[in-house]
Amino acid sequence: MTAVAGGVSLSELEARLFPIVERYRGREGAAIPLLADVQKELGYVAEEAVEYVGSELGIPPAELFGVATFYAMFRFQPQGKYVVRLCRGTACHVQGSARVAEQLERTLGVKDGGTTEDLIFTLQYVACLGCCSLAPVMLVNDEVHGRLTPEKAVAVLEELRKKSVPEVSR
Amino acid sequence: MNKTTVTIGLASCGIASGGLPVAEELEGLLAGREDVEIKKVGCVGYCYMEPLVSVIRDGKSCTYGKVNANVLHRIVDEHVNRNLVVQEHLILTEGTEPKGTENPRGEKQVRIVLRNSGLIDPKNIDEYISRDGYKGLEKAVKTLPDEVIKEVLDSGLRGRGGAGFPTGMKWRFARDAKAADMRDKYLVCNADEGDPGAFMDRSVLESDPHSVIEGMIIGAYAVGASHGVIYCRAEYPMAVRHLGIALEQARQRGFLGRDILDVPDFDFDIYVKEGAGAFVCGEETALIASIEGQRGMPRPRPPFPANSGVWKKPTNINNVETYANVPWILLNGAGAFNRYGHGRSKGTKVFALAGKIKKGGLAEVPMGMSLREVIFDIAGGIENDRKFKAVQLGGPSGGCVPDYLLDTPVDYESINATGAIMGSGGMVVMDEDTCVVDVARFFLAFVQKESCGKCPFCRVGTKRMLEILERITQGKGVLEDIDKLLNLAAQIKDGSLCGLGQTAPNPVQTTIKYFRDEYVAHIVDKKCPAKVCSALIRYSVDASKCIGCARCAKACPVGAVSGEPKRPHLIDDAACVRCGLCKKNCPISCISVD
Repeated sequence: MTAVAGGVSLSELEARLFPIVERYRGREGAAIPLLADVQKELGYVAEEAVEYVGSELGIPPAELFGVATFYAMFRFQPQGKYVVRLCRGTACHVQGSARVAEQLERTLGVKDGGTTEDLIFTLQYVACLGCCSLAPVMLVNDEVHGRLTPEKAVAVLEELRKKSVPEVSR
Repeated sequence: MNKTTVTIGLASCGIASGGLPVAEELEGLLAGREDVEIKKVGCVGYCYMEPLVSVIRDGKSCTYGKVNANVLHRIVDEHVNRNLVVQEHLILTEGTEPKGTENPRGEKQVRIVLRNSGLIDPKNIDEYISRDGYKGLEKAVKTLPDEVIKEVLDSGLRGRGGAGFPTGMKWRFARDAKAADMRDKYLVCNADEGDPGAFMDRSVLESDPHSVIEGMIIGAYAVGASHGVIYCRAEYPMAVRHLGIALEQARQRGFLGRDILDVPDFDFDIYVKEGAGAFVCGEETALIASIEGQRGMPRPRPPFPANSGVWKKPTNINNVETYANVPWILLNGAGAFNRYGHGRSKGTKVFALAGKIKKGGLAEVPMGMSLREVIFDIAGGIENDRKFKAVQLGGPSGGCVPDYLLDTPVDYESINATGAIMGSGGMVVMDEDTCVVDVARFFLAFVQKESCGKCPFCRVGTKRMLEILERITQGKGVLEDIDKLLNLAAQIKDGSLCGLGQTAPNPVQTTIKYFRDEYVAHIVDKKCPAKVCSALIRYSVDASKCIGCARCAKACPVGAVSGEPKRPHLIDDAACVRCGLCKKNCPISCISVD
């Protein structure tokens, strides 16, 4: 059996996606929540997954890819344990989020959309998190960190890295 | 003794400021107390003071700002237990204003949209009902749909999403549209608040979701719709959660479902559709495509959504703030609403105040108040008392308004006349340390990335404009670039199908109009007057002042600062990344940037 998506075999992939397929069978216009559920299950939208759900539901995979690539929410690579969403909205920009971005890129060694090799962090720039009065802001998974400086942002990540290193090497 | 209520603000901004641990601490401190009730409320708009805790007793409310565990212990010990107000941390008592400021924020505000925000528990429908909730709906269904539409028309309410189309007219069109099955129409709430710098819709959905739901139900009655959709940004998880809870409660009480309020055949239900991150989906035809599960690309109008919208059915679309106004208008009458306002803009507008101001947050003001009053009286003026340079209104579709136009009243027409737009109400204030060319480049980068790619002018034109602006901010621009930008701007506006392209050049056009000298400084003098554009600035140490403390060297992330201890240090310009950390960490301010 060959591993396909993130070390998951094809049959396992299908078993995991089957309940999702059943949920959307016969539902019109459900491409976005369908893909969102696939991403939730696998951590990203894997090519094999799109082909499988597409063939099950009778939607051409190209159509699903067309939808998935249109929206910023969908990812096509495995994501880090912590997804760092740095706000690059206007208020954050005016308050210096570009400096924070540069510092994060230096610290993590990745650019916008990149994931560190150890799969701990994914860095993403997002348009606006709506916390403008706390600018600059970043969202790490579901936690908001406001009034950032380059140093403060790095400190948050170092803390998380410390927490996850023993777990990864285990 | 009357029961005491302690509220804590737990909207996104409250949580981001550390509200959750404070709430936990509060629950611990007051565990088992019969005489005190804890209420988790939404956002009251004083985001700069979060986390906020209020003690309400005998009809009087005292609000404390920047509450941490220590302050909380004092509030409970002194105020809750012994009825002694903790003066040092008090920012507001009901009816009065943050102390120590001459400019009261509250008295200049008129709260219609934000009438309940920060005062009620958004997860409890009874609290909404106790503050006249669903009374507007009850009143509406006692009249004919046409009378409801007339009331909304008379109120002068216009779309708060940006374009300002009269809401009553929109409803009229949707009502008159023919549907195969009488009530087979859609009513959509646009909660895809994508403008960076705008967060009023998030706040309303998190803090008072029922006001939007009630507005939609009234709208459904008026236009004769039976299907409701709230299209909400996925970036707002709390808004989605609170809407889900509120919808379920509304169903249980019979405000949604079949024969609503016992009106025969008045059937209406709402579901929440989460967006997936695409700015263009705020445009109504793109939003419809997205609801149908397709790529969110706009299409030409006509046909207008009123005749052919979601699944080709007649569809009415309004935004969050517009719907939140509706129950108040129905309950209090059109006259109570349109006595606020200026010219053809009636009622109030909620602004999201951000940028270089002292008091960021939300403010709801009557239309017609001047920008100056909003920025200097309500938002407290510029941070660190720097000089005001411009205010950016209307997000990427808007423009920068300079200081000499600060007396412009906030109404749709007056703001359009400056070249900016009202937009959804984002106000990002900039001071002398903000580079307007960099801001124009920033917005262009945003719209270029968010362009759906359908229209070549928008797709390619914004790319070309962005390249030119990048060149200018890197000191490689030529004077003809300014004309080239204006020429491209005009063509993109003409050649684009939807609002995104038609307004994308606004930030560039307004900054050239009002700040041409800054463009010239970048191009001719190769200088960034605000000292922002990194290719045009350099950091240096004043060797005669440097004490060699080495804090700059320690702070530098790339090791560009060198020097012996106790000797003047030196910055290697080639290695320097212009992050400014050396300057920030210098204890004697001997590092300068020019």
